[in-house]
Amino acid sequence: MLKGYVPPYNATVVQKLLDQGALLMGKTNLDEFAMGSGSTDGVFGPVKNPWSYSKQYREKRKQNPHSESGDSDWLITGGSSGGSAAAVSAFTCYAALGSDTGGSTRNPAAHCGLVGFKPSYGLVSRHGLIPLVNSMDVPGILTRYVDDAAIVLGVLAGHDPKDSTTVPINKPLVLSSLEDVSKLCIGIPKEYLVPELSSEIQCLWSRAADLFESEGAKVIEVSLPHTSYSIVCYHVLCTSEVASNMARFDGLQYGHRCDIDVSTEAMYAATRREGFNDVVRGRILSGNFFLLKENYENYFVKAQKVRRLIANDFVNAFNSGVDVLLTPTTLSEAVPYLEFIKEDNRTRSAQDDIFTQAVNMAGLPAVNIPIALSNQGLPIGLQFIGRAFCDQQLLTVAKWFEKQVQFPVIQLQELVDNCSAILENEKLASVSLKQ
Amino acid sequence: MAAPMLRWGCRGRRWALACVDGGSCHRRGAPTGSTSNRIRGQSSVAQQPLHTAQKPRKGEHKWAAVVGLEIHAQISSNSKLFSGSQVRFSAPPNSLVSFFDASLPGTLPVLNRRCVEAAVMTGLALNCHINKKSLFDRKHYFYADLPAGYQITQHRLPIAVNGSLTYGISAGKECGQVIPKMVRVKQIQLEQDSGKSLHDDLRSQTLIDLNRAEGQLRVDANISVHHPGEPLGVRTEVKNLNSIRFLAKAIDYEIQRQISELENGGEILNETRSFHEKLGCTVSMRDKEAKQDYRFMPEPNLPPLLLYDATSLPTGADPQQVINIDQIRETLPELPSVTRERLVQQYGMLPEHSFTLLNEVGLLEFFQNVMKETRAEPKKVTSWVLNIFLGYLKQENLAVSESPVTPSALAELLDLLDSRTISSSAAKQVFEELWKREGKTPGQIVSEKQLELMQDRGALEQFCYSVMKDHPQVVMDVKKGNPRAINKLIGLVRKATLNRADPAVIKEILEKQLSS
Repeated sequence: MLKGYVPPYNATVVQKLLDQGALLMGKTNLDEFAMGSGSTDGVFGPVKNPWSYSKQYREKRKQNPHSESGDSDWLITGGSSGGSAAAVSAFTCYAALGSDTGGSTRNPAAHCGLVGFKPSYGLVSRHGLIPLVNSMDVPGILTRYVDDAAIVLGVLAGHDPKDSTTVPINKPLVLSSLEDVSKLCIGIPKEYLVPELSSEIQCLWSRAADLFESEGAKVIEVSLPHTSYSIVCYHVLCTSEVASNMARFDGLQYGHRCDIDVSTEAMYAATRREGFNDVVRGRILSGNFFLLKENYENYFVKAQKVRRLIANDFVNAFNSGVDVLLTPTTLSEAVPYLEFIKEDNRTRSAQDDIFTQAVNMAGLPAVNIPIALSNQGLPIGLQFIGRAFCDQQLLTVAKWFEKQVQFPVIQLQELVDNCSAILENEKLASVSLKQ
Repeated sequence: MAAPMLRWGCRGRRWALACVDGGSCHRRGAPTGSTSNRIRGQSSVAQQPLHTAQKPRKGEHKWAAVVGLEIHAQISSNSKLFSGSQVRFSAPPNSLVSFFDASLPGTLPVLNRRCVEAAVMTGLALNCHINKKSLFDRKHYFYADLPAGYQITQHRLPIAVNGSLTYGISAGKECGQVIPKMVRVKQIQLEQDSGKSLHDDLRSQTLIDLNRAEGQLRVDANISVHHPGEPLGVRTEVKNLNSIRFLAKAIDYEIQRQISELENGGEILNETRSFHEKLGCTVSMRDKEAKQDYRFMPEPNLPPLLLYDATSLPTGADPQQVINIDQIRETLPELPSVTRERLVQQYGMLPEHSFTLLNEVGLLEFFQNVMKETRAEPKKVTSWVLNIFLGYLKQENLAVSESPVTPSALAELLDLLDSRTISSSAAKQVFEELWKREGKTPGQIVSEKQLELMQDRGALEQFCYSVMKDHPQVVMDVKKGNPRAINKLIGLVRKATLNRADPAVIKEILEKQLSS
C-alpha cells in the first residue's frame, strides 16, 4: 500500500536521534503494518533470525541426526519488528527502533537475544509512528545492552507538542547501578504459568526468581485475575482501531493507487484490495464489524471495560508492594519458519502475544532481557514489567539482572570468516551475512 | 484538520458544529456523494435551536411543522482546528495543507486553543451549559474529500449543551409588533471539515482542494410535519443550504410538500434532499442507503478536553495551559438581548425598535452617535433613524457604512427641529437634500432654501387673520363643528406663509382667534 511512498517528514523519535548525531543505517523489514508475531508477512518477504547462522545454534544442530542441510531450516525472528531485531542482533547497528503494540518489540528481542524495551505509553512521542492501535502503540527500542537502551530512551523521552498523548517528564533519565536488591519486591503473576509454556522457559523463569530471592529481594506470587480475557479484549480493540486507522489508505494522496477509474468507490475498493495483504484486510473487516452501531456496545465498549479491569489488575499488584513483575516473554524459543507458517497469522498472534499484550493495554513499561541459551543454542528472554512512568526504575532492575546472567554474545565470526573467504576469492568488497 | 464547533468543511479546518436536533431523535441521514459538492466553511457554529411553527392549512386538520437546524459555521482563527496550517481565503488549491491535513500516516491532531475559546464563547452567548469535560470522536465514511476516511467530531459529549436563543418575529408589517420567541440550542460541537470537491463532468473526474477555508455558512434543515397532539412525523433532511433566503424557501417548500404528500395519502421517506435554487424546490438526493453507519469511535489521539472555571482552576496552573470559562465569559461583548433591553430601558423605545436597531449592521452605532450629539428626545431620534434614515438606505440598497448622511449631520438637523427653527416637513426636505451628497450642512440648506420657521408670532397672527377674513365659508364650517375644516384653514395659512410656519402654531392661533 505504501509502495513508493517516501515520507516528507521525520518522526519525532527519528529526529531526536538525528539531532544527537545518530546515523541512520537503513530501514528494516517487518510484518505488514506491524500485524504479526513472526515478521513473515511483509511485502519484502520474511525476516531470518541471525541466530540461525550462529555457532551456538549450528553446533547443536549438528548433534541432531534429524537436521536438514541447507538453508531451509532457518528460524524466524519473531515480530512484528523482526527486521530491527535482526539488524541489532547481527551487529549491523548500535540500536534499532521498532514499535510495540502487543509485544512487537519484546517478542523479537526474546528470539534474537536482545534488550527489547517498551516505554510507558505517553513517555515517547508517536508522531511519525504509523499507527496500528493509537491507544496502545509505542515506539520500541532494541539494543544489545540495557545501558544502550537507557541512552536511547534518554534521548527520546519527553513531551512532544505534536503528540497530544505525551506527558512532560520532570527529570532526565539517568541509569544508576543497583548493587543491593534487598529492598526490591518482585512479583510473579500466577496466571502467566500456562500449559503451553515450554518447560525450558518455565525453568529459567523459576531460576530467575530464585536468583532475586537469593540476593535478598522479596519474591511473591501475585494475581492478575483478568489475564485470560486479555487476548480477546485486545483483539476487539486492536481490530477496531486498525479499521479506523487504515481508512486513510485509499491511494488518493500517496502510495499505491490501482488503475481503475470508473468511480471513486471502485478505485478505493481495488486499491485497498491490492494494497493490503490478507492479514490486514481481515483485521479491517473484523474491526468494522465491532464498530457497527448494533455491535458497538456489546463489543467495543465491553472490551474497553475489560481493558480497565486488566489495567486495574496491574495497579492492584503494584499497590500491594511489588516494584517489578517478572514473567516469560515468549512461549518458546524461535521456531523454524517452515513450522511457523503452518498456522495462520491470527492464530500465531493470539498465541505469541499472551505474555506481552496485557502490558500494552495497561500502558506500562516492560523490557525483555535475554537470560540464557536454550538446549538448542537459541536465546531465551524474560520480561520485566514496571509501574507506569517508572521506566528508569525498571531499567535499573533490568541492568542488575543482565549483569547477573551474563548472556553470551552471538557468535557469527565463523559465518563472517566463511563469507570473507568466499568473497575474497570472488574479489568482492562487501561482506554480507546473507546466505 | 480541525475546525471547531460548527461543522466546517476542509480538512484540518476548524469547524465548530452547532447541532440542533429538532423534535425527532432520528439518526442523521448519511451524507451521500453529493454533499461534498459544496464548500464547507470553517468555523464553528452554534447549535441550532428547535423551532416549531404553526402552519394551518385549508383542510380538516391543522398541521404543525417541526424544524431542526444543523448549522455549520467556520471559526475565525489563524490556523486550523487540529493542524498548524493557516486559514486564508481564496488561497490557491492545496496550498494550505499540512501533513496532517493530507492524512499522511503518522500525523496526529493537535487541538487549537483559539478554537476552543471560540466554542466556549459561542456556548456562553447562547446560554449553554459548558461541559467541563468533552470528548472527541471519529466519524467514519469514505469520500474523496475526507482523506483520513474519518472526520474528528464531538459525538458523545460535545463542548456545550442545552442553550437557547431569543429572537423576534414581526407580527405584521403594519402594526410593526415584534413577538419575542425562544429557540432551543441542543448542542455545540467542535468538528473538522472535509475538503472541497470540484466535479469535472467533462473529464469525469473530481478535483479535491484540501485547503478548506471559505467562511461560508452552511445549514442542514430537518423537517417533519404532524397533527398537533399526534406523534412527530417522519423527517427529511435538506442539506447544504448556504443562505438564509434559501433556507427559508427550502423549509417552506418542504413543509408544503410533506403536507400535500400526506394529505394525498402518500408517505414521507426518511431521506436526504437538496434544494434546487432555480426551481425553488427540494429534490431527493441519490440515496444508496437511508441510514449510514458512521462507526463512531473515540478519537484515541486526543485526550478528553478539560475546561476550568474560577472554582475548579488548579492552583499554580499555567494560564497558557488551561482554559478558564469564567475568564472567557468576562471577555464576551454585550449580548444582543442585553443591548435590546438596555435600549428599551434607557430610551423608552418599543421592543420592536430595539430589534430593528440591532438587526442592521452599524445602525445601533449610528443611532448612538446621533444621540451623543443631539438635544432631541430619544423617541424623536429613534423615529428618524428607523423610519426616515433606514427608509432611504433601503431604497438605494445601501449599508449604514455607505450612508451619505453622517450621524453629526442628522444630529444637527434634529437640533434644528427640536429648537423649532424648522418644521417637521421642512426637516424632511432638508434630509432629502443631505442625501444628495452635495456636502452642505443642514444649517446651510435651511438658509439657502429659506426653510426657517417664522418666528414672528405677530406676523403669523396677521396671516391667520387675513386668511380667515378671505374665507368666511370655511370659518363657518369650523364653527359648525366640521373637524376637517380647520385643516383647510391651516393649509391656506401655510400656503400664504410659504410653508414657513409651524402648522401646530398656526392651528393654535386659529383656534384662539376663532374662539374670540
